[in-house]
Amino acid sequence: MSLTREEVLHIAHLAHLGLSEDEVPKFQEQLSGILDHFEALRALDTEGVPPTSHPLPLESVMREDEAAPSLPVEDVLANAPNAEDGLFRVRAVLE
Amino acid sequence: MSAPASSTELHRLTAHEAQELLSNREVSARELTQASLDRIAAVDEQIGAYLTVVEEHALAQADAADERIGRGDGGPLTGIPVAVKDNMCTVGIRTTCGSRMLEQFVPPYNAHVIERLNDAGAVLLGKTNMDEFAMGSSVEHSAFHPTHNPWSLDRVPGGSSGGSAAAVAADEAIVALGSDTGGSVRQPAAHCGVVGFKPTYGRVSRYGLVAFASSLDQIGPLTKDVRDCALLMNAISGQDPRDATSAPIEVPDFTAALTGEVQGLRVGVVSEYVPGDLDPAMRGVAEAAVKQFEELGATVEWGVSLPSTEYALACYYIIAPSEASANLARYDGVKYGYSYTEGESMWENMDKTRQFGFGDEVKRRIMIGTYALSSGYYDAYYLKALQVRTLIRREFEEAFERFDVLLGLVAPTPAFRLGEKLDDPYQMYLSDIFTLPQPIAGIPSISVPAGFVEGPAGERLPVGLQLMGRPFDEAMLLRAADAYERATSWREQRPEW
Repeated sequence: MSLTREEVLHIAHLAHLGLSEDEVPKFQEQLSGILDHFEALRALDTEGVPPTSHPLPLESVMREDEAAPSLPVEDVLANAPNAEDGLFRVRAVLE
Repeated sequence: MSAPASSTELHRLTAHEAQELLSNREVSARELTQASLDRIAAVDEQIGAYLTVVEEHALAQADAADERIGRGDGGPLTGIPVAVKDNMCTVGIRTTCGSRMLEQFVPPYNAHVIERLNDAGAVLLGKTNMDEFAMGSSVEHSAFHPTHNPWSLDRVPGGSSGGSAAAVAADEAIVALGSDTGGSVRQPAAHCGVVGFKPTYGRVSRYGLVAFASSLDQIGPLTKDVRDCALLMNAISGQDPRDATSAPIEVPDFTAALTGEVQGLRVGVVSEYVPGDLDPAMRGVAEAAVKQFEELGATVEWGVSLPSTEYALACYYIIAPSEASANLARYDGVKYGYSYTEGESMWENMDKTRQFGFGDEVKRRIMIGTYALSSGYYDAYYLKALQVRTLIRREFEEAFERFDVLLGLVAPTPAFRLGEKLDDPYQMYLSDIFTLPQPIAGIPSISVPAGFVEGPAGERLPVGLQLMGRPFDEAMLLRAADAYERATSWREQRPEW
């Protein structure tokens, strides 16, 4: 399984991960190598085997929908790189 | 038990030994805490186990513990100094997860396990080093500094909870907490010669544990002996409404399981965890441990095969990065953490926040996971891995119909050298090969010191024995591990520090 340069850039774009020019060929090689090892799974017959997404036999866990105090806004915003008027401030999404 | 000769030795105690001195008022929590802090000051420059030491906070907690003990209100962990892996949230104390991304992050709330430790009156010494976002097997992926193995400073402590393991091994903490997603408690415990326990998935609330792979992550103790492990399990286990995956299952008193009795215990030796191509010295450790269980009256059967084990590596390295790629999407430079602000647009800022905030291994895993979940590859990778997960789980279920405990090694080799596997991600992944199937199946597993092999320079390198059990039957594992520990002298052998 060999990833092309374009595929690496596409994956990075999907993950919103900026890559430097040096990183592209490095990750291209390393990720291709790792994906090669995943090919081993193809040898295993899993026809009709149900997937396990979770190790516990728990179904959707429900609780009462009761109002309870949340964290104070100032505590939540204390780590924000940019906050204003009790809100997170971001750059305009559409310029 | 004899009291230590001087307060300079207090840091070497186990929690239960220290608790006896505390409740008899022979030693104060402040003295014990100061001894641990002094120890950190003396050796951590060479070991590098901690990212943050909170001296004032620790001494204040120690004073509160002394007051509590004075009122006759102390419990088994009151006044006991604890180190916590830096991926568990602590109010007012930065929680970096070993990442530049969270270098300045100060959580507004405590993790469930921190609340439990506070309720028990334990003393937080500091936060320990780890591979960034718990992705790694050596702590070499920490964004800050390496951690050195106390048994051999040019070797890794294992990972990702290597800071916690090294802290306990070098007596820089009485006990510690780590987290295990694919061996991250057990493998460093084995490499550092301490006890490390991954409870059943759902036994301990993950609330406030920085998420890596949510269907695998589980918090567990790293301790000097099995009794301390049981004491910590008593403190941190149980359902928490804030983690919907924490199980509504009653928590027994785990110390009650430490009877020393394993007569008739049915032990199966898993062939895949003691493979034919293993180094003879490593194999010798496993064989000696098996013999020990036989002498203790257990019924041991060799040759138990879990054939899907060979697929666990691919299964894990699809599932864990897939979950990680979703969990780590939250690091966008907006709400908290590192933020790049010099870009032309919001999107450029986000891309560069993640480019500069994450290290290489985290980037690799985000990309593997993104790829495995992407359109056109989902069925071939992610869905296939979930089906293999079912096969691995079923094999354990079938084995546990015949055996109470499954036995093998924790890792195929002792601790490797710093830098040895850094340039080859896949070789690094292989070091976890025996500790991936248990989180995949959700079962509990313990690493207990089982002896040493000799390194090329004549150094003594610890080896860990792995015992695996049925879901929520942690008591059985602790009983078996404790009986084994009592019958051997490995617990007394410590690195010279």
